[in-house]
Amino acid sequence: MRRARTWTGYLFVAPFLVVFVAMLVVPLAYAAYLSLFKDQLIGGTVFGGLDNYARALTDSRLLDGVWRMARFFLTQVPIMLGLALFFALALDSGVLRLVRLFRLGIYIPYAVPSVVAALMWGYIYGPSFGPLAQLADKLGISSPNLLSGDFALGSLANVVTWEFTGYNMIILYAALRAIPPELYEAAAVDGAGPWRTAWSVKIPAIRSALLLTVIFSLIGSFQLFNEPQLLQRLAPNVIDSSYTPNLYAYSLAFTSQEVNYAAAVSFLIGLVIVIASYTVLLATNRRSKP
Amino acid sequence: MIISKRWLPVLAVLSLGLSACAGSPTTTTTPAAQNAGQADIDKAMTTPTELTFWTWVPQIEKEVALFQKKYPAIKVKVVNAGQGEPQYTKLRTALKAGSGAPDVVQIEFQYIPTFTITGSLLDLRPYGAAALKDKFVDWTWSQVTGDGGEVWAIPQDSGPMGMLYRKDIFDKHGIAVPKTWDEFAAAARKLHAADPGVYLTNLASNQNAVWTGLLWQAGAKPFGTPARDRVTINLNDEHSQKLATYWGGLVKEGVVSTDADFTDQWYQSLNRGKYATWLTAAWAPTFLTTSAKATSGKWRAAPLPQWQAGQQASGNWGGSTSAVTKGTKNPIAAAKFAEFLNTDPESTKMMATQQFLFPPTKALLADPEFVGQKPEFYGGQAVNKEFAAISGTVSTDFQWPPFLDQVVSDWDETVGKALGDKGDVTAALGQWQSRTTTYATNQGFKVESK
Repeated sequence: MRRARTWTGYLFVAPFLVVFVAMLVVPLAYAAYLSLFKDQLIGGTVFGGLDNYARALTDSRLLDGVWRMARFFLTQVPIMLGLALFFALALDSGVLRLVRLFRLGIYIPYAVPSVVAALMWGYIYGPSFGPLAQLADKLGISSPNLLSGDFALGSLANVVTWEFTGYNMIILYAALRAIPPELYEAAAVDGAGPWRTAWSVKIPAIRSALLLTVIFSLIGSFQLFNEPQLLQRLAPNVIDSSYTPNLYAYSLAFTSQEVNYAAAVSFLIGLVIVIASYTVLLATNRRSKP
Repeated sequence: MIISKRWLPVLAVLSLGLSACAGSPTTTTTPAAQNAGQADIDKAMTTPTELTFWTWVPQIEKEVALFQKKYPAIKVKVVNAGQGEPQYTKLRTALKAGSGAPDVVQIEFQYIPTFTITGSLLDLRPYGAAALKDKFVDWTWSQVTGDGGEVWAIPQDSGPMGMLYRKDIFDKHGIAVPKTWDEFAAAARKLHAADPGVYLTNLASNQNAVWTGLLWQAGAKPFGTPARDRVTINLNDEHSQKLATYWGGLVKEGVVSTDADFTDQWYQSLNRGKYATWLTAAWAPTFLTTSAKATSGKWRAAPLPQWQAGQQASGNWGGSTSAVTKGTKNPIAAAKFAEFLNTDPESTKMMATQQFLFPPTKALLADPEFVGQKPEFYGGQAVNKEFAAISGTVSTDFQWPPFLDQVVSDWDETVGKALGDKGDVTAALGQWQSRTTTYATNQGFKVESK
């Protein structure tokens, strides 16, 4: 009897388990297996052990990309989440009219496919005939080339902020709506104004949602791919094939035909993300303890 | 920052990796195949067969219909698997997987060695391809010929390089059509000084193909494959340095622009007269007709300026071939299809006059119906005739490396970057050489250089 009951449980999770194993565990294990080999145009495939990993750890192009994304994360994410939080609080405050319209308006960029967004911003950034350059020209000032080496990362951060502020805002807004109204009543009784309520009641109450958006953004930053890949056409001398670690893994696999090395690089990117996410979790946990 | 993007690199790697284990198609030497006899050919061409043909030529179905009319037993399925790089990526994956690859495939000249090093193409000599040699312009035939005399593909179209220039801008500033690169440099300085909004030309910092075409014109031999496991790489020789000093200098002076080509910005610049010339290929006249409509009647064509007065030399940019994959089950039908498509008089003329592909066949380059066209866009100049003459001046001994993607990517990030940043182009040549050499060594080649 007991044995049969055990099996029934497995039967219920079987559909999930099959997909999970076939689509996630097996491919990952296979990629890990691939990363241990070396495939050459001349000489074929040979076992290389951890050679690919050793090469990756000293590959300045990969390390530069990781460092670039770390800077991107440390500057772009606070701005984006700050904006998202500000909008969410504003919508939740009850002071605004046309809340639905604003909510939708801020969210719409997220619904625009990132390919379209990158193309659109590429046009806006255009150094000679883009609207910004044209405007600057009309005003008689010279506009900086937004796709040059000094500005490209900032321009990229701007596209990503534009795209994902609305997405993060919705998560935070939903969390705000879930706060029990009793808390507000208690705050009001204690004499707290709207700013004080926002700071001392609302933000602490959505701490876990904020943490979630930080983790999502962290993963997104290190996995940045679409936007730089599309802007690459417009700024080929600035955004090279190792601009982001993900772009580098892609170009190793498809341009250089170094599939095995690309697999090793992908695993290392994954490792960086795990470590960074864990660090964020650890830091926030520690702070919450008295 | 959507969570699903997390799996992109893993999936990307896997889609290739999974297929990598399925088959290992690499063979070391090409066994001398038996020549197919006429009886075998007749039998193959009358047996019901389906061929798959990957190409990005628009409306190629018209030419395919001609073939099917002549050989009703054979059905050709046309698939557009992407233009250039995206198609090659799919092709590689299918070849590694050992299934799903087409029988006949469009491959650009410069990519042939990249696919022969992996043993992916069929030598067409056993199917009578060697006899087609005289139909084609010499350099196009040498491009499809392997080091051992193999015929790896049949030329479909070509892109000998010339110069398209804006006659109105030249006339306005009293500039004569430059015949040498020295005259070209002087004109560039004069024009930019007279009108700072205009550049004599734009040398796109993302367009390795133009740089390579100019190297070709200068007589450089950057690559060679003396044996299957040996490769010569000379990206920093005197020809390259001559080119780097020349263009690096003009770019640094600011009299030549380096905007990325085929971008919105570039199209607008062409339309608005920011560039007075375009150093380009024989397919460009038609391309420009639709891409720069606003400038109709203002353009003319001329040969590239020369390094020495009186010389006649050019390089090639673009152009494709039809190749047969080694894994095909119908080699005879596939080889004959590639042959028919690119040699049948009706089919080749159709490609030249309806799809506007610049022909590699001697017959068409002498055909008054083709070279006699006088488009309004060029003020009635017979541009095809101009480029047909240029085609005869392209040298036959230029070779491509067996890993072109990598060479191009390395160029973008060294020489291209130096051009774009107005940096030290000569120093960048050294980086290009060393990065390419490192890659080749990693791939198991013995690298030689001067």
